[in-house]
Amino acid sequence: MNTERDSETTFEEDSQPNDEVVPYSDDETEDELEDQESTVEPEQIRANREVEDNREPFRKDCTWQVKANNRKYHEQPQFMNTKFFCIKESKYRAANMYFLVLLILQAIPQISTLAWYTTLVPLLLVLGITAIKDLVDDVARHKMDKEVNNRTCEVIKDGRFKIAKWKEIQVGDVIRLKKNDFIPADILLLSSSEPNSLCYVETAELDGETNLKFKMALEITDQYLQTEDTLATFDGFVECEEPNNRLDKFTGTLLWRKKSFPLDADKILLRGCVIRNTDFCHGLVIFAGADTKIMKNSGKTRFKRTKIDYLMNYMVYTIFVVLILVSAGLAIGHAYWEAQVGNYSWYLYDGENATPSYRGFLNFWGYIIVLNTMVPISLYVSVEVIRLGQSHFINWDLQMYYSEKDTPAKARTTTLNEQLGQIHYIFSDKTGTLTQNIMTFKKCCINGQIYGDHRDASQHNHNKIEQVDFSWNTFADGKFAFYDHYLIEQIQSGKEQEVRQFFFLLAVCHTVMVDRNDGQLNYQAASPDEGALVSAARNFGFTFLARTQNTITISELGTERTYSVLAILDFNSDRKRMSIIIRTPEGNIRLYCKGADTVIYERLHQMNPSKQETQDALDIFASETLRTLCLCYKEIEEKEFAEWNKKFMAASVATTNRDEALDKVYEEIEKDLILLGATAIEDKLQDGVPETISKLAKADIKIWVLTGDKKETAENIGFACELLTEDTTICYGEDINSLIHTRMENQRNRGGVYAKFAPPVHEPFFPAGGNRALIITGSWLNEILLEKKTKRSKILNLKFPRTEEERRMRTQSKRRLEAKKEQRQKNFVDLACECSAVICCRVTPKQKAMVVDLVKRYKKAITLAIGDGANDVNMIKTAHIGVGISGQEGMQAVMSSDYSFAQFRYLQRLLLVHGRWSYIRMCKFLRYFFYKNFAFTLVHFWYSFFNGYSAQTAYEDWFITLYNVLYSSLPVLLMGLLDQDVSDKLSLRFPGLYVVGQRDLLFNYRRFFVSLLHGILTSMILFFIPLGAYLQTVGQDGEAPSDYQSFAVTIASALVITVNFQIGLDTSYWTFVNAFSIFGSIALYFGIMFDFHSAGIHVLFPSAFQFTGTASNALRQPYIWLTIILTVAVCLLPVIAIRFLSMTIWPSESDKIQKHRKRLKAEEQWQRRQSVFRRGASSRRSAYAFSHQRGYADLISSGRSIRKKRAPLDAIVAEGTAEYRRRVDS
Amino acid sequence: MAMNYNSKDEVDGGPPCAPGGTAKSRRPDNTAFKQQRLPAWQPILTAGTVLPTFFIIGLIFIPIGIGIFVTSNNIREIEIDYTGTEPSSPCNKCLSPDVTPCFCTINFTLEKSFEGNVFMYYGLSNFYQNHRRYVKSRDDSQLNGDSSALLNPSKECEPYRRNEDKPIAPCGAIANSMFNDTLELFLIGNDSSPTPITLKKKGIAWWTDKNVKFRNPPGGETLEERFKGTTKPVNWLNPVYMLDSDPDNNGFINEDFIVWMRTAALPTFRKLYRLIERKSDLHPTLPAGRYYLNITYNYPVHSFDGRKRMILSTISWMGGKNPFLGIAYIAIGSISFLLGVVLLVINHKYRNSSNTADITI
Repeated sequence: MNTERDSETTFEEDSQPNDEVVPYSDDETEDELEDQESTVEPEQIRANREVEDNREPFRKDCTWQVKANNRKYHEQPQFMNTKFFCIKESKYRAANMYFLVLLILQAIPQISTLAWYTTLVPLLLVLGITAIKDLVDDVARHKMDKEVNNRTCEVIKDGRFKIAKWKEIQVGDVIRLKKNDFIPADILLLSSSEPNSLCYVETAELDGETNLKFKMALEITDQYLQTEDTLATFDGFVECEEPNNRLDKFTGTLLWRKKSFPLDADKILLRGCVIRNTDFCHGLVIFAGADTKIMKNSGKTRFKRTKIDYLMNYMVYTIFVVLILVSAGLAIGHAYWEAQVGNYSWYLYDGENATPSYRGFLNFWGYIIVLNTMVPISLYVSVEVIRLGQSHFINWDLQMYYSEKDTPAKARTTTLNEQLGQIHYIFSDKTGTLTQNIMTFKKCCINGQIYGDHRDASQHNHNKIEQVDFSWNTFADGKFAFYDHYLIEQIQSGKEQEVRQFFFLLAVCHTVMVDRNDGQLNYQAASPDEGALVSAARNFGFTFLARTQNTITISELGTERTYSVLAILDFNSDRKRMSIIIRTPEGNIRLYCKGADTVIYERLHQMNPSKQETQDALDIFASETLRTLCLCYKEIEEKEFAEWNKKFMAASVATTNRDEALDKVYEEIEKDLILLGATAIEDKLQDGVPETISKLAKADIKIWVLTGDKKETAENIGFACELLTEDTTICYGEDINSLIHTRMENQRNRGGVYAKFAPPVHEPFFPAGGNRALIITGSWLNEILLEKKTKRSKILNLKFPRTEEERRMRTQSKRRLEAKKEQRQKNFVDLACECSAVICCRVTPKQKAMVVDLVKRYKKAITLAIGDGANDVNMIKTAHIGVGISGQEGMQAVMSSDYSFAQFRYLQRLLLVHGRWSYIRMCKFLRYFFYKNFAFTLVHFWYSFFNGYSAQTAYEDWFITLYNVLYSSLPVLLMGLLDQDVSDKLSLRFPGLYVVGQRDLLFNYRRFFVSLLHGILTSMILFFIPLGAYLQTVGQDGEAPSDYQSFAVTIASALVITVNFQIGLDTSYWTFVNAFSIFGSIALYFGIMFDFHSAGIHVLFPSAFQFTGTASNALRQPYIWLTIILTVAVCLLPVIAIRFLSMTIWPSESDKIQKHRKRLKAEEQWQRRQSVFRRGASSRRSAYAFSHQRGYADLISSGRSIRKKRAPLDAIVAEGTAEYRRRVDS
Repeated sequence: MAMNYNSKDEVDGGPPCAPGGTAKSRRPDNTAFKQQRLPAWQPILTAGTVLPTFFIIGLIFIPIGIGIFVTSNNIREIEIDYTGTEPSSPCNKCLSPDVTPCFCTINFTLEKSFEGNVFMYYGLSNFYQNHRRYVKSRDDSQLNGDSSALLNPSKECEPYRRNEDKPIAPCGAIANSMFNDTLELFLIGNDSSPTPITLKKKGIAWWTDKNVKFRNPPGGETLEERFKGTTKPVNWLNPVYMLDSDPDNNGFINEDFIVWMRTAALPTFRKLYRLIERKSDLHPTLPAGRYYLNITYNYPVHSFDGRKRMILSTISWMGGKNPFLGIAYIAIGSISFLLGVVLLVINHKYRNSSNTADITI
């Protein structure tokens, strides 16, 4: 059963080359994702696209034209422009517009109810802070730009190479670059100092891969463009695609000397790379500045917003509606009052014979202004500040700092922090994320014999045995640990030919680059697997020393031998194997091949004695979660090779479907192979992965592993990291397919395809209870989600959209298909979410993104994607939060991520500690913010019942100006930055605390309305208690009883004290800064008030400061203090009582933990449950993996360029091979 | 409240420090702030802290409330409405606008004598001195003696900014509607001739108002010269420099004017009118007996259903009569105490069910 399924899913499905059909590209996927989101697509655009699609896919848009040494030919794009702050550019345009409108309203005298400064000062402050923040960002960026822009390189000007700054480089320039130079623009390689105009580049800045890649110029440019003179007169014309962000793609043609030459990515040096191992090279600038691929890549970021952002916006809209309603109500009240009272009050005569309704209308705007503080002006900027601070705390966290690589955690976006506390689903890459992506050669099977266990030279197994001493080998690197002395014995004795052959194969059959530095060998491998194998061979005495284009030099147990390389049959994800054809110095031609067992076994010669033993060894390796490869070789007759070589040449110059043609040719020679053995490489899990996963699982976070790896590998890793356990029921693709199929049938029977219009019935797919996991391959995913079928039908449809009838039919069927697809997708997501773990293997980057998107769409849950490679970029961008592991595979994932750190295990701290804290802080902050603004603003509302709804404010204008800015902002900001309900340790110890965020318990509409209600009640108390006290009373000295100004001061004082004490109650982590800010705010209030009410300031600005003497006169009265104390007490006591009650009767988990904090601390010797590794307990079939991701094959595909380059040369070779080789070698 | 001092010894900072880390290391600083380990007090609402709070607040508030209540009740206060809307009222005749000036007299009796300083207020009801249009209709620069503002008052004063092409001083609706009834108090003694009570005009405004906020314009010998070029507010009978004969109580610094300009918070308000100073410790300031109030009735309130009152009041340490505050304190104190009891009971009921075993996660 098992094997059957294997063959079904891997052979057949994977023979449909997913990776090739849906090639990786940011552009495409993003567009498609967006298409799914946008509901209506304009007919015209769709039509256009269809037409476009009908054309030949490549050559599609070769509209970018460059003429060498002719700057004017191409319209110049500007070099990087740095944007400085500008209100229009500000993120919160809507909010700023609102306040701008308010300002304008205030300028109208009839409406103006507040002094001009009351909204202007806060607005300026808010804009100022935003501006400063933007400016700091900009200055940093500008500085970096400037540094980059002022780097120099040589450009041909007036026929000579002259030093020029980067910013002066323009499209069409011919430039010269030296060793270790950064490449300033995307350039077409013309020639270099190396033979055949090879040029080695390091692409670390682009994709993080540290291995060298080589690029090669066109033959014609290599030939004719070596000197300054020829370069200066070079007048080639390049036609290519428009600038885009595909790093691995380029199509274009060079027209020169009336001939056209095709250009591809192998001839393009991309900006950001570094020239290595090449003395100098010449190139033609194709894209400069912002058009370069790296800029196109970095610039394209999806703007993400958090759930709370959306919620907050809706709440602000709600408040806005409340504001309008309240203002309208009061305006009506005013109109009525004017008609009833105002018109008869002679003392109110204002010389204008306005009707009451007109006055009401004016007052509506007046109240909009007075009550504008309901919509919190500083909300957005405060939220920004808090998030920024929290991001810094993430950056500063020592416990997320990886000292080995000197990598601290980094919050790359500062706007998503609280969402970290709401994660429901984590989508994790496997390689490099869960695993270290450090491959170590563990075992091997040669000729049916397994090596690699702990044993001495005489085949006796010992548990305690010393490491093999490799000192006899001058090339051994010393880091390699191996415990099988018998293998060494075998190699040295040379008794078995195959053993040496085996390691020779490892040393010769690869695409590793070598760099020799002071006698030190430095291998640069595209995939860690290859690196591990070549290093292993090196340690066992078969050292790969050097390679030129056509030769490879190996030290075989001390003797150096050079072999001619006749062909490299490169790796790709279909072939899953690579071969090399060499000619030994003796003249024999041999093919060496390594690859996945499935493909190798198909191509073996019938007479292979060790076939079965090797198969058994593979099973053993697999059950130990080792990655395996099969090695084999074959002797080739000279004649046979010559014949094949002709076909090979023909295929390699084919203009169309070159790759397919080549694959076919390769297939012809890779047969009747003789099996040598198999290697087993260990793919180590990162530290703490199982613990982290179990912690996250306890926090009710579901973890999905999405990997390009094979099913068996993925399953094994699933067990290794305890995502799967022995008692997990695993469901595979076909189970799911049938389940979904029956479900669809049921739904159809119930309500047809349009079942979604029927009331949603939630019925689980599985019986309750039990641990279930889902393992599904990318092909099954397509099958289940009808991806492939739609694609096929789309293509079919595109071909015949002729008549109107057909068109309608097509759209109809399309719609039906869409509905069906949607239904299936929903069913699939429902089903998958019932499982405790989901592993998707063999998925393309696009599918990764699709899965994330599905969950995002149908579950409405917050998703987090974590990955480290370029293939995770899509998913990282799609998920609500993308986390990049800055690890082995490079920087691309990190560059597009929102957070990055070095180890998977830091995820638990990021989510359970930082995320949770951020969420709690943000929620508390928002609740308090709405509360404090309502408590503040609605006093005007209550007051309006006593002043004829005339929009008279209840406070001094200055108080209104400064309340949000000075008197109540700092404590809440600090709480938003520093508050913690339970310590980080306890957060990690009780992952269940995390669920509050997932369930939106701390901030939702209910909480919001409770806050508003709290604010409303507080404002009532704040107004009516002083009102009661003021109805009759007079001062201690009989003077100035119940005047407006004293009243305003009383309410304001009570308000400031109340809200500051309230934040004190809300703060659960009182540091000295919190205490300082709370009491400081109150003190500041009194200080500023006494200043503003002082005689001095009145003398200077009599009209602006009208409250002269109020503070001193009012606050000298005991009864005012008694009123304030009473008001504050009445505001706060119920809050304390209610909180205490809810803590006693319905304590939350965090309350309980807080209560028992001390005891828990005493139990500090808490034993972390040791996770038991239960690997290898069952006979699970495991991985045959080799360069399982396309990204790994990059170098190999650069190897392809060698071959291509050599293609015309080999045409000559066919006649006089040996002679030519000698020439090149020398 | 339950305290926990997060001391620094709790630190067991992250991964082991690489020995001799280079200066360029990107390792974050191990400071209490950056690692969010600032020493902190983590208060929680426990029974041990909350219940005493309620009891203590109850125990403090109730005596305060009783104190205020008693004090407030000991204050002598009499209020006489002289609006004259009732036909029986002696001032009823003054309601018609034709009779100017109109004088009326109201008799009243003090049951108990008023000890200490007695304050005489006028009270207005349904008078919206807090109406926005009214409140802003003044020019504080002008009132502060600014010469340019004197001749060119703020636009806020419209429509009482200029009259017959002359700037109004003081401008604005507040000044224009200044209370202009005159009240005189007479004690009807045992002997037939009534004794006028000395009413002190000065000392009824805040010191800051009189000395800082309100100042007469500079220059000129006489007040009239200083106000040259201005005209009186439309409703006034006399110009501003003729409010009083005392030069220290004339012009903008006339205390009646200052008191009026300090607008009230609510539509029902009282303003200090005169002081009746205690003469000696032996005699009550206003002995019990019969009095009459002489009113020069100028101020029309009938049109907007307003009321006018004259109030005589003594004061205490906490000001005038204020029954609300005392009652409120007693009520809140009692509620707090009761709440404490209720919480105590509830806490007792739930106390047993809280221990560490409770933590279900």
